[in-house]
Amino acid sequence: MKTQPKVLTFLTILSVVLFLGALGMVFLFAPIEAVMGYVQKIFYFHISNAWVGMLGFMVAAVSGIFYLVSKDLKWDIVELSAVEISLVFFLIAIVSGSIWAKPTWGTYWTWDARLTTAAILEMIYLAYLLLRQGIEDPERRARFSAVYTLIGVISVPITFLSIHIWQTIHPAVIGVGSSSSQGSFGMTPAMLITMFFCLTTFSVVFITLLWYRIRLGQLAEQVDQLKYKIMQ
Amino acid sequence: MQKQTAINRPSSTYLKVIGAIVWKDLVAELRSRELLSAMLLFALLVILIFNFAIDLQPDLRITITAGVLWVTFAFAGTLGLNRSMAVEKDRGCLDGLLLAPVDRSAIYFGKALSNLAFMLIVAMIVLPIYSILYNINVLNPGLLLVVILGSTGYAAIGTLLSSMAIQTRTRDVLLPVLLFPVIVPVLLAAVKASGGFLQNLPVNEIWPWLNILIAYDVIFTAVAFMVFEFVVEE
Amino acid sequence: MVMIKVHKLIKRFGSKTVLRGLDFDVHQGEFVALLGPNGAGKTTFLRILASLARPTLGSVQIAGYTLPAQAGAVRARLGVVTHLPLLYGDLSAEENLRFYGSMYGIMELNRRVQEVLEMIGLTLRRRDLVRTFSRGMQQRLAIGRAILHDPEVVLLDEPYTGLDQDACDMLDALLRDVAERGRTVVMTSHDLARVEGLATRFDVLSRGVISASTKRDDLGKNNLLDFYRQSLAG
Repeated sequence: MKTQPKVLTFLTILSVVLFLGALGMVFLFAPIEAVMGYVQKIFYFHISNAWVGMLGFMVAAVSGIFYLVSKDLKWDIVELSAVEISLVFFLIAIVSGSIWAKPTWGTYWTWDARLTTAAILEMIYLAYLLLRQGIEDPERRARFSAVYTLIGVISVPITFLSIHIWQTIHPAVIGVGSSSSQGSFGMTPAMLITMFFCLTTFSVVFITLLWYRIRLGQLAEQVDQLKYKIMQ
Repeated sequence: MQKQTAINRPSSTYLKVIGAIVWKDLVAELRSRELLSAMLLFALLVILIFNFAIDLQPDLRITITAGVLWVTFAFAGTLGLNRSMAVEKDRGCLDGLLLAPVDRSAIYFGKALSNLAFMLIVAMIVLPIYSILYNINVLNPGLLLVVILGSTGYAAIGTLLSSMAIQTRTRDVLLPVLLFPVIVPVLLAAVKASGGFLQNLPVNEIWPWLNILIAYDVIFTAVAFMVFEFVVEE
Repeated sequence: MVMIKVHKLIKRFGSKTVLRGLDFDVHQGEFVALLGPNGAGKTTFLRILASLARPTLGSVQIAGYTLPAQAGAVRARLGVVTHLPLLYGDLSAEENLRFYGSMYGIMELNRRVQEVLEMIGLTLRRRDLVRTFSRGMQQRLAIGRAILHDPEVVLLDEPYTGLDQDACDMLDALLRDVAERGRTVVMTSHDLARVEGLATRFDVLSRGVISASTKRDDLGKNNLLDFYRQSLAG
């Protein structure tokens, strides 16, 4: 296996630097929001995490299609890596959202379209991992995973849409009002710049982690091959 | 010895194959009745449990009925899907189907249609029993339409996913885990539409839900049809 | 005419290579017994020939058609018997044959089904459900299913497993009949004594390739067991 390419090392350093920069911007540069105060700052991280989660899902779906077309197992590793990373980032997004929600809406959770769809998306990720666990043959595992990712990526927008329609017809469901009515705030230019910086930072972090995870997957495969050679 | 094989008549063979698979599943099930009795028993048990779990006071019943019915169908449905595929896998019959010179999608449609048939049979028995037990008339044409649309979407995606699940180690456990997150639009729309018909809401309020059901059915039948061969061919 | 033509066939499962550049040619009318130790890859090889699995690399041609590209054409000319019965327990013998017949698009199905039932000696039990059959009877029916569409090539994977003497004799007679009609047969088996009387050629699959091959006429003074042992030792 080639040693870590220079680009990856550069990306790693860049990720760390950007992340520190983002922390700085969020806590020192961005103004404190009038109504919610300090708690609002969680939003920068919450949205960035959610963004990465969705980006990862897209990457996974596209990798799945590439695998089905080319039958090249490297796309399977990309797909798995993207799902694993998105799973974690999305989970952080959901948890950070709940932390923000408690003081703002008075509850950790509401069943609005975004949150519910997020929860369902997490479940699809977990189902994906469970599916992979039950299959030994790598080729079959890759095929089934790709198919399931495809199904997931098609069903999630429909799910979001149907829950959204449900919300529109019955606006005030459980507890406090929908997330758009309360707790929304206008963003000043400084906030927008911070937000944008955070999004960029998290995207770079995502790519870096993805790369590492893909390398890990490739290494694991090499180990398998070597093991098999010895056993013969 | 004369050769008896047919010379290429592709389209007639395609429909014939689908018909043969549906017929085979129905006849076999009629004889053993394993699948249907398991589904029915389970469905009735779930409904009974709901009676204790949710205090179904008369005025609440109408609003809860749609939810109770669809949860029941969703869970009983997984039993049917699992059994239907297990029959093919265990005696190697899936290989028998794959050896035939037909398009894989014909196998998909055949299995999906028989799965749909089983779900509808169960629904046709459960609905009248529910009506009697809870004194609510659920034999409403609008509701029946929703049952058909919802079951179609469920069978379409369920057949595909059960074909995958049956080839893994974790089989029966895996199917609900794979199925439920992606079936949410069907359940939601079916519950809202059923509830709407039961409460006699105006049709234009129910219409968006029917739209979602139809869209889901079309989209996922198309996707499953295209993707099925990746799931069964090695 | 070369009925089966396999060139440098490689089959990998992840990091495991089971078939390593296997070459295999079978002419029309030959009856090849494929021998080899357990785990050598006989079943995998047969599955690839049967179009149930895809080669990783290399080419496979049956009756002039390439796999996997022209799999449909191949399947119409192929009859397969595996170690699983590929039969539906809740259907009768007749119904099983009729089902598979319609999958192959056979014309004058009824006549052909009765014909096959007679060939396999199950005419009297044709209305009985397959789950009441003994293993020997199921195997006979499985062969009936395989030759229903009068295929040019017949593949069998360990067909004698679990059969009693009578059933073995019946199977012998059936296979001889198939061979006499000029069909090409490839059969894997552990029962050397049995294949010695049936096959016209013996190939040994060991460590992912055909390590030895001999025609029955060329065996001469050596018996099959010696040939087999020698080919494995070498």
